[in-house]
Amino acid sequence: MNYPMIFRILGWMLMFEAAFMAPSGVVAAIYQEGDVVWLIASMGICLSAGALMVLVSRPKNKRIYAREGSVICALVWFLYSIFGALPFFLPGYIPNFIDAVFETASGFTTTGASILSDVEALPHWLLFWRSFTHWVGGMGILVFVMAIIPLAAGGSTMYLMKAESPGPSVKKMVPKAGQTAGILYKMYIGLTTIEAVLLLILGMPLFDSLCLTFGTAGTGGFAVLNSGLAGYPIPQQVVITIFMILFGTNFSVYYLIITGHIKDVPKVSEVMTYFSIIGVAIGLITVTIDHMYPNWLLALKDAAFQVASIITTTGYSTTDFELWPHFSKWVLVLLMFCGACAGSTGGGIKVSRIQVAIKTVIKELDNAIHPNNVRKIKYDGKPLEHSVLRGINVFIMAYFLLMAVSILLISVDDFDLETNFTAVAATLNNIGPGLEKVGPTLNYSGYSAFSTCVLIFDMIAGRLEILPVLVLLSIHTWKDGDLFTRPGKARRKARIPDEELLDEGF
Amino acid sequence: MKIIIVGGGKVGETLVANLCSEGHDITVIDRSDKVVDQLCDRYDVMGFSGNGASYTVLEEADIEHADLVIAVTGHDELNLFVCLLARKAGNCQTIARVHNPEYNRAVNFIKEELGLALVINQEFAAAQETARVLRFPSAIEINAFAKGKVELLHFRIPQGSVLDGMNLYDMHEKLNCNVLVCTLERDSSMIIPQGNTVLKAGDVISIVAALEEQEKFFTRIGLETHSVRNAMIIGGGDVALYLGRMLLNSGIQVKIVEKNLTRCEELAELLPKATIIHGDGSDKELLEEEGIRNTEGVVCMTGIDEENVVLSLFAKTCGVRKIITKVNRVAFEEVFESLNLDTMISPKNITAELIVQYVRAMQNSFGSNIETLHRIMDDQAEALEFMIRDNFSKADIPLSGLSLKPGVLVAAIYRNGRFIVPRGADVIKRGDTVLIITTLKGVNDISDVFA
Repeated sequence: MNYPMIFRILGWMLMFEAAFMAPSGVVAAIYQEGDVVWLIASMGICLSAGALMVLVSRPKNKRIYAREGSVICALVWFLYSIFGALPFFLPGYIPNFIDAVFETASGFTTTGASILSDVEALPHWLLFWRSFTHWVGGMGILVFVMAIIPLAAGGSTMYLMKAESPGPSVKKMVPKAGQTAGILYKMYIGLTTIEAVLLLILGMPLFDSLCLTFGTAGTGGFAVLNSGLAGYPIPQQVVITIFMILFGTNFSVYYLIITGHIKDVPKVSEVMTYFSIIGVAIGLITVTIDHMYPNWLLALKDAAFQVASIITTTGYSTTDFELWPHFSKWVLVLLMFCGACAGSTGGGIKVSRIQVAIKTVIKELDNAIHPNNVRKIKYDGKPLEHSVLRGINVFIMAYFLLMAVSILLISVDDFDLETNFTAVAATLNNIGPGLEKVGPTLNYSGYSAFSTCVLIFDMIAGRLEILPVLVLLSIHTWKDGDLFTRPGKARRKARIPDEELLDEGF
Repeated sequence: MKIIIVGGGKVGETLVANLCSEGHDITVIDRSDKVVDQLCDRYDVMGFSGNGASYTVLEEADIEHADLVIAVTGHDELNLFVCLLARKAGNCQTIARVHNPEYNRAVNFIKEELGLALVINQEFAAAQETARVLRFPSAIEINAFAKGKVELLHFRIPQGSVLDGMNLYDMHEKLNCNVLVCTLERDSSMIIPQGNTVLKAGDVISIVAALEEQEKFFTRIGLETHSVRNAMIIGGGDVALYLGRMLLNSGIQVKIVEKNLTRCEELAELLPKATIIHGDGSDKELLEEEGIRNTEGVVCMTGIDEENVVLSLFAKTCGVRKIITKVNRVAFEEVFESLNLDTMISPKNITAELIVQYVRAMQNSFGSNIETLHRIMDDQAEALEFMIRDNFSKADIPLSGLSLKPGVLVAAIYRNGRFIVPRGADVIKRGDTVLIITTLKGVNDISDVFA
């Protein structure tokens, strides 16, 4: 393990977090809110802690490998959640520090689950910070910094990008990792700007439109009103619906469009499947909830909004879907797991993984009937390598294992099964609201500190697609060499006697 | 620049490493997924797995916008086909690696007709470099510039030499030779020496001088200047074939030891004047029998680095005057270096030098082009040859009046067939060929070396 290098990169990242807090300061200046001193204090803490880490660490070797990449990525997300909680905690808006970390983790991981019951009580700058974390976390923190400065030597940056980017296999768009990150962010900023301007044109106040756009762009889901998005006029809701779907689309599609390969877009089967799933789900829900609405258009609007919100793992709500029929609710729960496309800002298992998983099942079924059948799983016209297939299978397995363990752990708080199940599903998939006691109109404040920690872990594990976070738990990650004999002891041990070496039983 | 490299083997990887560090946008294509993944993990490049000669794969690698395609797979025909296809599919320059000696004879024809920018034959280049050192065995390495008319000679100062303990001011006076000491390597760190630098035995220094001055200089410091009279080449690969031909042409006796009988017959047919020995080159008795102790030059170029190293060490104990070792895996160079081997030749490094040189020249089509590039002193410095064009702004100003960046030395000026060791009063004129030694990285144009 290259500890000095890990330390150094983490230090740099902390200093960038201070920079990310700066826009909220501008908001405070506009609204002339005095308690912004706490924001400045938080920035100071991040900056000095980061600078200290950079100064203290003197890496001799600048190379990092897969192991360091995962560790850095996971630790950055935990650090960001902890230090990002300071603006909530210091002025006392969230008196419990763990709750504040939950709120921030929920922001960065674009979950949108909240422990606040009255968000309108927060000052504007804090609301802005809360939504801005979505935007920063959406495309990835390390990816953002990589676009600006080279964090590690040579190709090492690829390990960071691999650990942070969602999807089964990460491909660059252009040869340099930094430039790829730059292109991703340009597209991200472009789409964000278009949405914010559209909402402004449709008459939404600037502050709301910015915050909601950040929530949509990162597929987060923090709103600025207690009523969620129900209070906004229909055209604005429609715009948000469309943009949620757009941000859940694989960004490589936009790159194809920008570079003039628009005719290749239909060949990206993931995106086509994604749109089909959305279409079918909207249809099913519209039919089942039609009787609750005066006309089918309104039902369609709410169904579309909710489907888009859940499949992209945003988690906005315009209506209390807790009241919908069970069938519609379970369609939504299934969409929670499905998630958005790989290479988007959304969470969940990802459409491409589901596609491949289904193909694997079909292949195995075929093998059961024709045991000597030779068959290759193809995806987008190319045979899938074994390592990718294995990665997908292991991911899905780890995913459900983690989910089962998490439900077990939080069940000590004695909530009902549906609450616990959807709470874990909604945090692990970075959605936000679940059903029952964590439904769209309620929040997560009921959980104990222990369960809150479990859910924080789930959110970050879900955002980073589990393995980089699980790497932190393995002792092999932290120790080099033999785990069971300490190097000092081994050295002190005398020469192994010859008879021991020549022992025939060995 | 956008560069596509087809083939991710040893040569491909060296190219990726070299061109990547020069900041180019590199896409690698290789048949094996594993190779591609590994390269993508090690370097900041994009990779595609597939056949580089397939149009769809090239299209995926964005051939339309590529500036240069380099085909360095192990198959000549595939390399040529990739280049042919790339030229038709995109608007790019192409470089192909061709190593088959049968094609090598027609290399200019192939280059012209297929519209290739450069044909790389690393075996041929390696043989050239080896031959150069054998012709002047006191040098560890010889870099040729201006089509061989200017040479940068590297040699180690022997124990008890007159140079030991001498500073450079005194050297000019005492030896009365017009030579310029360009670089000095001591304890594996390299400097560009000043007038008051004191030389020590064991230092590796490089000098430039006119041919007759070289002769005078080496005689005065007590190093031999005549070429080896006979050479034994262990391992009969393509480099050995090219080398054998070159040595025979300059009247050096050649003995090649090769394991494979069919190959021996081939060599015997192609090099009738050489003695071809069928036998295992790692067989000590065989080498003794063939008179390794009376051989002046031994070149170890079997396919296995370790074998080459061991054979070289053995040749050293036999008192062979000049030993040259071919090493493919440059990554372990430090280990080999510590063995104090005489001269090491690495074919793929030579290839990388040639291609880097071409790429830099391509980037700089308006200024004064780099004609030749050599990485010297373990890649710590570069020796660059520039052709001075008409748009050179610092022409006709005495060198003492030009402000050079630190770590830059104007080592030689070659004008109208005359070689000049530059002093403060000399000027650079338009049309000159200038040799620059620098520790700066990424110099593309001669104007880059002026402050």
